[in-house]
This record gives sequence, structure tokens and C-alpha cells, in this order.
Amino acid sequence: MKNIALEVNGKKVTKEISDHTTLSGLLRDILNLTGTHIGCDTSQCGACVVHVDGKSIKSCTALAADLDGSKVTTIEGLASNGKLHPMQEAFKKMHGLQCGFCTPGMVMSAVDLLKNKKNPSDQEIRDWLEGNICRCTGYHNIVAAVKEAASKM
Amino acid sequence: MKTFNYHSAKDVKEASKLASSNSAFLAGGMTTIPSMKLGLASYKDIIDIKRIKKLSGIKVSGKTVTIGATTKHSEVASSKDIKKAIPSLTALAEGIGDPQVRNRGTIGGSIANNDPAADYPAACIALDATIHTNNRSIDAEKFFRGMFETCLKSTEIIESIEFSIPQKSSYQKLPNPASRYAIVGVYVAQHKTGINVGVTGAKSSVYNEKDLVAALTKNFSSSAIDNVKISSSGMNSDIHASAEYRANMVKAFAKKAVDAC
Repeated sequence: MKNIALEVNGKKVTKEISDHTTLSGLLRDILNLTGTHIGCDTSQCGACVVHVDGKSIKSCTALAADLDGSKVTTIEGLASNGKLHPMQEAFKKMHGLQCGFCTPGMVMSAVDLLKNKKNPSDQEIRDWLEGNICRCTGYHNIVAAVKEAASKM
Repeated sequence: MKTFNYHSAKDVKEASKLASSNSAFLAGGMTTIPSMKLGLASYKDIIDIKRIKKLSGIKVSGKTVTIGATTKHSEVASSKDIKKAIPSLTALAEGIGDPQVRNRGTIGGSIANNDPAADYPAACIALDATIHTNNRSIDAEKFFRGMFETCLKSTEIIESIEFSIPQKSSYQKLPNPASRYAIVGVYVAQHKTGINVGVTGAKSSVYNEKDLVAALTKNFSSSAIDNVKISSSGMNSDIHASAEYRANMVKAFAKKAVDAC
């Protein structure tokens, strides 16, 4: 067992965890933040994408023990004061989701993209979302949603 | 995933001391963690080397580019210094996996794992790399032994990889559309001292394609490759591509790389 202290969505968290606990496991099973989804569990599908110290990563493939001292932002941490994040608004407006399983990862990944590139082209959005799989194949509207968010952010 | 003891090493000495035949060093974990989850690997001890500062960083001198073992793919991809010295190397890093994998995965991890379809091993061969560990310096040609096999000992840690800056170079790959691993990847580099053609994805381990080297040494142009016969014997054959197809792709992508040099 290991003791870790980290910040999740702006709140300090101290927990005792097993050595093999993943970040996705910590978020979902210990902190009850079930907005982060686990699809493939082997870092291909991207449903579990969260931000660690400002960068998007796949939380199923990071050990919680190794994130001691980090700042983590999950999909639950995007909205502020009851108001959706512009990326969440854009996904809603452009119908950027069908079943919704991949959506938290898509949104977190897309937010990271716009941090680095203010007005990405369709191709740049598609390239960036390479690691996020939508099995409803709703990519067209997802790209449209990211463009919409870029115009608002 | 079976449980293990997690250690975060302060320095290389401590990491090496903790290592045994039943341990693995952890950097980005992009292969190690999924392998453990799938039951393909299990270890008693996982020794995290990410917090060892001296293992990370980029240094460009007149003749070489040296990259610390735990430097992430995203850091290599966005390095202006490397882009100036070896643009094909930043392009290679940019093409690994996806953005989240590039934000965690490391060059040392890629090389130590020696996946037969990984990109960096081809760069090591093409760019006459020297792999510096905590107790020796190894030429790339001697480092890669076979499928997922290198000459590293269980307590040995890669500290950095030193690439020679070529006169011109290009890496071209046919990526698997799902994983972005190379079905075939060809890295052509022309140095003052000679030409290398690092091929990944085609065989059980990366190799220098000597017939292409010979042809390009006589005449450095893609037409010089036309008459080279690449045998499919020993090439990988799987659901993605047959051995014959891979042999053909080695040629096609070598031509593409020479044209892009």
C-alpha cells in the first residue's frame, strides 16, 4: 500500500492505495468520479482521458502511486459554477455524441488540443483525436463540435 | 493486473540496486502497464525511474543529438533544436501512437522494449546511435538482439541515446491504421561516413537493409532501388500484411524516404 496526496478537480485528496491501482481505478472506484470511462483498459480507446498537470493522458495506463503530488482534472472538473465548459456546450449543440461512452475522453482530449492550437483545421482535429475511438462512428459531428468550441473559446 | 511492489527510485544507483530478474523499470508505462493487464507480463517489483532528473532532457551539439531515456515522445516532437539538427527524428516522434501516448511514452522505454514494429529502433540504426547505460555505451547494431530482446542486463538502465546528425535523412512508414505501429517503416540516412537504411516492422527485429545500403551508396536516388530485390524470407506475416507484401513495402517506403531526403 502507498499513501498519495494529489489534487483532483481543485480539491486536495489523500488516500492509501494499492501499488497497482491505476489512475482510472482511483478516480472511479475510490473517488466515485465515474465520468471517466474505461473502455479497452489498455490505452487504445481514449474513453479514460484526463488531464495530469495540464496534459491529456490515458488514465487507465498511469499508476496512481506515480502521480503523487500531481494535479488531475477530469470531465467533472470542467464545468464551473453550474455552467458547462464551452467544449461541453459545443458537443451538446452540434450533437457530438450518440451513445456518449467515448464523450468524456473526446472532450478532455479536445480541450487539450485547443490549449495548444487555437483554431485547428478539420485534419488537425482528426489527427489529434487519433487516440479516441467512437464506436458509434460519430466522428463527423465530433469534429464539428470541436470547431464550434474553438470559435467560442 | 497482478499486484506488485511499486518503487520510485531517487537515482540510477538506487534503481539498479532494486532491480532483479523479477522486476521491470517503469518510465511511461505505455507497453509495460497494458502488458501486465493482459497477463503477458508480471513482475514482483516495478521500479519507476521517471523522477530521476538526469535521465530526461535533450542536448544538441555540433555532431550529435543526445536524448535522455525518460524524455517523452511529445518533448522530442516539439523540440526546435532537434528539428533543426535532424528533422526526420522530430517527425518520427510526432507519428508515434496518439497524443496521449506521446505525452507519457519515452524513448528509452521504446528502445528497451524493442517491439519489432516500434519506430525509434529504426532511428537508432539509421542515425548510428550509441545507447549509453549506467555502465557502458553500446552501438545500436549490437544493442537490438531479436523480438522484444536487447543486450541489456536486468539491472542495467538506459541513461541516454546519442544520435549522429546525418547530412540528410527521412523516415517513412506504413502505419497500422489502429495502433500507428509500423507495418513497415524505413529510415534512410546519409552520413559522411556512409548510408544506413533502418527497417522496422518487417522482420522480428529492426535491421539495416544492406542491399539497399549498397545500391544507395552507388547512387543515392530512388531509381537506384528499382533493381534491388528484397526477399520476403524471414519477414513477418500476419492479419495486417503478408511477408511478400511487407517485402514490397520495404522497397516502396525506402524509395519514398530517399525522395523525401
